[in-house]
Amino acid sequence: MATVTPVRPVDATPPGAPGPRGARRRSGDGITGYFFLSPWMLGILLLTLGPMATSLYLSFTDYDLFDTPRWIGLDNYARMFQDQRWLRSVQVTALYVVLAVPVKLAVALAVALLLNSERKGQGLYRAAFYGPSLIGGSVSVAIVWKAMFSDDAAVDQVLRVFGVHTGGWSGNPDFSLLMLVLLATWQLGAPMVIFLAGLKQVPRELYEAAEVDGAGRWRRFASITLPMISPVVFFNLLMETINSFQVFTSAYVVGGPNGQPAGTTLFYTVYLFDRGFGDYRMGYASAMAWMLLLGVGLVTAFLFRSARGWVHYSGEKA
Amino acid sequence: MKRVAWHVGVLLLLAVVLYPLVWVAAATFKPSDEIVGSLRLLPLDPTVENYERAVEGVGGVGIGRYFLNSGLLAVLSVVGTVASSALAAFAFARLRFRGRSAMFAVMISTLLLPFHVLIIPQYVVFQRLDLVDTYVPLLIGKFLASEAFFVFLIVQFIRTIPLELDESAKIDGAGPWRIFWNIVLPLARPALITTAIFTFIWTWNDFFGPLIYLSTPDKYPLPLALQLFIDEASGSDFGALMAMSLLALVPVVLFFLFFQRFLVEGVSTSGIKG
Repeated sequence: MATVTPVRPVDATPPGAPGPRGARRRSGDGITGYFFLSPWMLGILLLTLGPMATSLYLSFTDYDLFDTPRWIGLDNYARMFQDQRWLRSVQVTALYVVLAVPVKLAVALAVALLLNSERKGQGLYRAAFYGPSLIGGSVSVAIVWKAMFSDDAAVDQVLRVFGVHTGGWSGNPDFSLLMLVLLATWQLGAPMVIFLAGLKQVPRELYEAAEVDGAGRWRRFASITLPMISPVVFFNLLMETINSFQVFTSAYVVGGPNGQPAGTTLFYTVYLFDRGFGDYRMGYASAMAWMLLLGVGLVTAFLFRSARGWVHYSGEKA
Repeated sequence: MKRVAWHVGVLLLLAVVLYPLVWVAAATFKPSDEIVGSLRLLPLDPTVENYERAVEGVGGVGIGRYFLNSGLLAVLSVVGTVASSALAAFAFARLRFRGRSAMFAVMISTLLLPFHVLIIPQYVVFQRLDLVDTYVPLLIGKFLASEAFFVFLIVQFIRTIPLELDESAKIDGAGPWRIFWNIVLPLARPALITTAIFTFIWTWNDFFGPLIYLSTPDKYPLPLALQLFIDEASGSDFGALMAMSLLALVPVVLFFLFFQRFLVEGVSTSGIKG
């Protein structure tokens, strides 16, 4: 989904505001401003803030879409911790985030490093690696992926050449999640392009100086490249983590509403969908959505906190 | 020598990355029983039967109809998103009025909000209004600038346009509307194009929204038609399923080929997720 966080904290005051230029003007744009903003204001009230409040309320009720919601306090939240499928979905999602995010970012960074040089055909390569990012989340690709990893299909055949007999991955509980991790990794293009933008900013002189000092390739990477691009690493880490929590399409297409095989692809969002739109337990599903928000919020807060230790902004002392 | 090695390395890597697409393209020309069970990439005896069956569609609805539905949703989403986001962005970036900063902060904070928190109450409301199984729930948000990300993207872009241009137009007697229409919009075109392209592709690929709201097959967009195909054929007609999947990707691939410069640059300057 569409999300962005600038690497640096956002300046929440739009420009042109007060400042010397603004101070000269006495009258604001009043009505005109609200006129331009009216679609957005309508949207934020009716489609975001209103539903948020309603969903919070529904999370404390028993509601099946037809009868009036019945207030049950914190029961939905308490029930989750006894719900085996909910616990399962938390486990699956957490495992997926922990595997998919580092693997995808490591591969994306490696490819970015490889492509970060002035060579012919560079733009073309970049575009080619970026391509899968645009289609990777679609139903089509999920179908293709599942087919490729089924019994006797392409992946199985290739592995057999190397003497590895795994059978199909899509039907095997030990491999099904790994298959989705690989699908995430396949979409390395988006973080790669952002890594490339970061790598471009690293001053060349630093490497030259390090080389004079006799620093090897690995040393230069660890002591110059990584700290210099740490803001971009942080940005990618944040985005990928938040997005991974919300994976739905590929998991649903591969595993259906029950997370086949054996509940190993029962992602949080899939279970939420199944409770809400399969069984019409709207109250429970709302509570689940708020737990997701809480979970993502906590992880985000944790990442921001840890960033103080390892993210260096240029112009700051390390 | 080192240069050759680099190119060979990159090409090998690229071959791995692009292999799934080559594999599925080749698979669509094989009979269903030949798709699995052999390492051979190219079909022994190429056939277009898979495509013939894919074109027939599923659920009694031809594939053309699904393409039309997807196209209609995508085009209307692009129009709505570009128009409403540009209006909002202009207000945030250039106009002065009470509550602007607070509202801007609200918009920024919705960037990271998982949409799952909103879908259930939204569904309840649209169900009450009898709008389930129509396109209204899928489109209304696009016309109300609810994709905060694009508003933010355009705001950031407008901020780079020199304020002097507005000022001199103002001296010439132009009002906010004319400044918006004649100065800011044309100069913000790259951001608008990025918004349009990504809206098109995301809408084209969207599965969750249609899955929740649509229930009549002749209103389905392609992703939902594919899911229906899986459910109905229960995996028996592998070849046709592959062919239909591949056909559904064609518009996105074309968009990518035409606009790849905008896409890659848009990502690196703004951090869009693909």
